[in-house]
Amino acid sequence: MLYGKRLAPLAFTTAALFALALGLIFFYAPLEADQGFMQKIFYLHVPMAIVALCGFVAGGILAIQHLRTGERKWDVRSYVAIHLSIILGLGVLVTGSIWARASWGHWWLWDEPMLVSFLIIFLLYCCYQPLRFSIEDPERQGRYASVFAITAGAFVPVNFIAVRLAEQYTHPRVLSETGGSMPGEMRLTFLVSLVAMAFLFVTLWKIELTSKNASDQLRKLRRRLEGTAEDEGPEPVAEPVGAVN
Amino acid sequence: MTRAAAAILRKDLQIELRTKQSVPAMALFSVTAFVLFHFGLDRDRLDGALASGVLWVTLLLATVLAVNRLFAHEREQGGLDGLLLAPIDRTAVFVAKATALYLYLALLELVAIPAYAILLLGPSPLDQLPALLAVLALSNLGLACVGALVAALAAEARARDLLVPLLLLPLLTPVLIAAARATEPLFAVHPETGDLGKWVAVLGLYDLVFMLLSIAVFDFLLED
Repeated sequence: MLYGKRLAPLAFTTAALFALALGLIFFYAPLEADQGFMQKIFYLHVPMAIVALCGFVAGGILAIQHLRTGERKWDVRSYVAIHLSIILGLGVLVTGSIWARASWGHWWLWDEPMLVSFLIIFLLYCCYQPLRFSIEDPERQGRYASVFAITAGAFVPVNFIAVRLAEQYTHPRVLSETGGSMPGEMRLTFLVSLVAMAFLFVTLWKIELTSKNASDQLRKLRRRLEGTAEDEGPEPVAEPVGAVN
Repeated sequence: MTRAAAAILRKDLQIELRTKQSVPAMALFSVTAFVLFHFGLDRDRLDGALASGVLWVTLLLATVLAVNRLFAHEREQGGLDGLLLAPIDRTAVFVAKATALYLYLALLELVAIPAYAILLLGPSPLDQLPALLAVLALSNLGLACVGALVAALAAEARARDLLVPLLLLPLLTPVLIAAARATEPLFAVHPETGDLGKWVAVLGLYDLVFMLLSIAVFDFLLED
């Protein structure tokens, strides 16, 4: 699969959804009574956090699939999911910090379990890439990375339980069972933003997978070309991606 | 499997007994840390939240030392190949390593906690000994399981000395939270048991999840 199938329609859907979400955020959702305009960051922050956490857990599930089947494609999928979630996670910490500053007056609040657990999870996942790329053997690299992804994926809920128990929460629980106190317009805007963010994640995931597949195929073709040209010796095991002939 | 695990454990303990590497280093480290905390905090006696926090952070950092050394002999002298050639269950290796770590931690605490009581701790831990021992036993189980897993995970990496603390400490944060909260009222000026039950339950849950998980994934780390 050199070109991603259905990648273009997916990308257009994502762009349209994002435009819709931004439109709803700025023109449709009502201003929140005591936080005012700053509260709009909520429509970005919370969907990003939910998608990043789901991405981390999905990375763990894909890693289970990799260890079960031993196929490399699952490892690449898990890697890309975690890699994107780390980037989103950074966004979550930054937007969360800005929001905390605006609504509570501090850049960081330790008595807020969501922010703290997210930081711990983020710190843990920051080790994923250093661990992965300090193992040379590609097959072993995939296996070890998958073991890490599964462990860390299971760690996400355990950590939330522990941190939540430790702090009395000041964090607004916007999606509690009763639906919180969010009026209908806000909830609609939030849900559209969440869907848009999820689509963004899937699109980016597909784009990166396609690009990884393409460079894999390019490497294979190049290797075959060199093999027929010289017709001697074993094939080179690996080649840096950026190498020019 | 029990026999294989016992044999590996015996070998590890024998090496530890003869070289005296991990446990003395951990004990020495923890005493040094107490001295550092004395000067860093500028306090002669600690109690309550500060006392339990200092103790648990020190124990966690001392765990890092042992985890770093856990597979050192196998790595340096190629013993792992021998283990892998032997027709034994891979889980036996995990059980042996986790048990060894558990014993190291128990020995460390045997030294570190009396030293802490003498050097820094205000209220005597003797009054609350059963509760303290229960918390220690449960948290050691979590530390041992996750420690053995991380040791194996980082064993093949190039910068393993750097990776071990970076991987281990975030993973152990729930243990720190639960254990520090559980011992906080025990070390208070007027000791009480507080929410002991709740935090013991959290520790138990953590231990259960990570023990099962480590056993499930450990095989994949030793697969060639």
